[in-house]
Amino acid sequence: MDDIGLLMQGFGVALQPDNMLLMLIGVVLGVLIGVLPGLGGANGIAILLPLTFAMPPVSAVIMLSCIYWGALFGGAITSILFNIPGEPWSVATTFDGYPMAQQGKAGEALTAAFTSSFIGAFVAVVMITFVAPVVAGFALRFGPPEFFAVMFLSFACFVGMAKGSPAKTLASMMLGFLLAAVGMDTVTGQLRMTFGSEEMIRGFDFLVAVIGLFGISEILCSIEDGLRFKGQRAKIDLKVVLKTWAELPKHTFLAARSALIGCWMGITPAGATPASFMSYGVARRMSKDPDGFGKGKVEGVIAPETAAHAAGTSALLPMLTLGVPGSPTAAVLLGGLIMWGLQPGPMLFVEQKEFVWGLIASMYLGNIAGLLVVLVAVPWFAAILRVPFPIIAALILTVCAIGAYTVSNAEFDIVLMLIFGIVGYIMKKLDYPLAPLVLALVLGDRTEEAFRQSLLVSQGDVTVFFHNWLSGGIMALGIAMLLWPLLSWARTALLGGFRGARAA
Amino acid sequence: MTPVAHRRSLLLGLGAAALAAPALAQRGWEPNRPVQFVVPAGTGGGADQMARVIQGIVSKHSLMRQPMVVVNKAGGAGAEGFLEAKGARGNPHMLIITLSNLFTTPLATGVPFNWKDLTPVSMMALDEFVLWVKADSPWKTAQEFIAAAKAQRLKIGGTGSKQEDQIITAAITKATGATFTYVPFRGGGEVAVQLVGGHIDATVNNPIEAVTHWRSGALRPLCVFDDTRLPVTEKMTDSMAWSDVPTCKEQGLDVEYLMLRGIFMPAGVRPEQVAFYEGLMARVRETEDWKDLMKQGAFNTTSMTGDAFRTWLGREEERHRSLMQEAGFLANPS
Repeated sequence: MDDIGLLMQGFGVALQPDNMLLMLIGVVLGVLIGVLPGLGGANGIAILLPLTFAMPPVSAVIMLSCIYWGALFGGAITSILFNIPGEPWSVATTFDGYPMAQQGKAGEALTAAFTSSFIGAFVAVVMITFVAPVVAGFALRFGPPEFFAVMFLSFACFVGMAKGSPAKTLASMMLGFLLAAVGMDTVTGQLRMTFGSEEMIRGFDFLVAVIGLFGISEILCSIEDGLRFKGQRAKIDLKVVLKTWAELPKHTFLAARSALIGCWMGITPAGATPASFMSYGVARRMSKDPDGFGKGKVEGVIAPETAAHAAGTSALLPMLTLGVPGSPTAAVLLGGLIMWGLQPGPMLFVEQKEFVWGLIASMYLGNIAGLLVVLVAVPWFAAILRVPFPIIAALILTVCAIGAYTVSNAEFDIVLMLIFGIVGYIMKKLDYPLAPLVLALVLGDRTEEAFRQSLLVSQGDVTVFFHNWLSGGIMALGIAMLLWPLLSWARTALLGGFRGARAA
Repeated sequence: MTPVAHRRSLLLGLGAAALAAPALAQRGWEPNRPVQFVVPAGTGGGADQMARVIQGIVSKHSLMRQPMVVVNKAGGAGAEGFLEAKGARGNPHMLIITLSNLFTTPLATGVPFNWKDLTPVSMMALDEFVLWVKADSPWKTAQEFIAAAKAQRLKIGGTGSKQEDQIITAAITKATGATFTYVPFRGGGEVAVQLVGGHIDATVNNPIEAVTHWRSGALRPLCVFDDTRLPVTEKMTDSMAWSDVPTCKEQGLDVEYLMLRGIFMPAGVRPEQVAFYEGLMARVRETEDWKDLMKQGAFNTTSMTGDAFRTWLGREEERHRSLMQEAGFLANPS
């Protein structure tokens, strides 16, 4: 196989000392970018892109893709420690990661998160190496109806996940859809619900909402409790890494399934965020102990992190083979390729073999470098929680404000963030779940768009969603997922009814 | 700045304008803090790529002492970026790159903005549009495609709604009477892949958005919406170069459309400040990196400044208004 030969040659290029150094710089920068909520991989790469013009394309893309890996790793850190997702795809990680940190298991949660991220990315890179052309062809089958079907499945996996009142879940999700609809409507080209305000034109950015809903409201809750951090202090000890690793083989099947979901979502290309939610939803549905989720279960960290990384990595595949970015970060990298005189698309694998295989080799090495960097830092990250809470709270607030501002360089977003913080606090107090709101806000826009595009294509015929086995199959799976809780609820209700009647 | 220094820089600036020598103009006024380069579109699109190439060229060749910082303000089909530039009246440290949404966004959404709220600096290039179909479709010429579209309703995909792609679609309908279902997507790359996957029947992608699929044998260009053929004669496939693609007019489809890639400043800036950026952009266009980009994207390399540019802008605005009026895209039809 001459491809393997090329890959080895790629390793040779990536292992040159100066490229190794760039790799390390990239990973460290990426972790920092991932930690700061709002800055994000896309922004980070966009800022650093011009610096790389003087480098040869291979070195440049090695460094930039290592920033990407670093950011993927880094996103988990603040989610687990402070309940603030640094990146959209780490939202699902907060559900169990933060409770784990509160129970004094921050080190375990971080190790599990980093390791499963690595596994997810590794599976995806192996897939890119061996089946890239086949998989790229599969992505072409996704038109608007198929895309909507995938989104529908993401929602379906998630519904019934939240505990408590279904009406409250529904209300929270509808609020998310409402907020997602504000701003430009791609299908008609009209502004919606902006009420003539210039600030509303942007719509509600998902990250601003999340920083407020999760981060700020958490601080408000802590202030109410008298400025004490509820969690127990984690011990600073590298042994925690090894101890967690000893536990991980138990979850091999979970990781494999999550990686599969991630790869699939990355190629479609739906992206890392829905992948993490879907994987979390499925993990909970399949678990023997679904009620333990959300209370600090390590499975609840492994599932979304594996899927997010698998998706984030495989999202590079449609970018390279079709020229369609699978994520905002990939979109910026795509611009970079064009500037280096490389035309992404089907011809890249034919004409620029050295570049492509150099990049793939750097994916392997960058991930290993990333894992080493973050694992060594685990005890230090966990030690942040030892700092007195009033100091940490002030720091978090500052970082949140910077993050909210950076999303689109708008002061108004800081105000919005604070408003979302208060909304989040009130919702927590009234027991409304936040996750459905977040899911609807992040996916609502694309879902609506795909739905309306499909109906345009079919001229208003709803059966378009079942027009072939692919979208029909995914839709059927989604409907089954959606009805599952309803069916099991109906069954228990009926059985309970019978028993009640008999008892009477 | 002291009044004396101020007067001297003004004099030098005037002198430079008279001589039309960019080198002198630079001595007249220079940015004294980082220059914000606003992109009224998302990351990864055509305008964003061009802005980042300009930023890269400026820093690579040290054309300016202060750094240039690219900022994306994509909200409301670019309205966010335009309103920001409108509000920055008199700020000489802000540039904005525009695409057709300079005209279409205010017309379609009614956002209170017009190109006259900005100071035109320089037209960098014009972006071409090409009619693409799948390579395995039966249509080999524009006439065959139009004939098929009259027989059955075909689907054209494009970027955004009531923006350039849909305007071209409406113009085709007006010229031929064939009606289409227009399906809006988010970005040009996505549109091209939807065509390759066979989910739509045709697109009017820019050359750079679809070239790779043409070369891989998945797509076929039918005609280009310009009055002359594209200048690039290098072979892109085994048998064809960009210059072999006929114009739509040659094919009997009388539709012409080019998209502006221009640089603007906020209103109320001084002439020597405009002259500085005119000179800067002229030097950017002279570099090899820029010429490579022009060739890669098969751009129309027309550039203009000053009054010629203003006249062109006024004419284009009227043209967009009438095209959009006929298609019923105006927010305030009056």
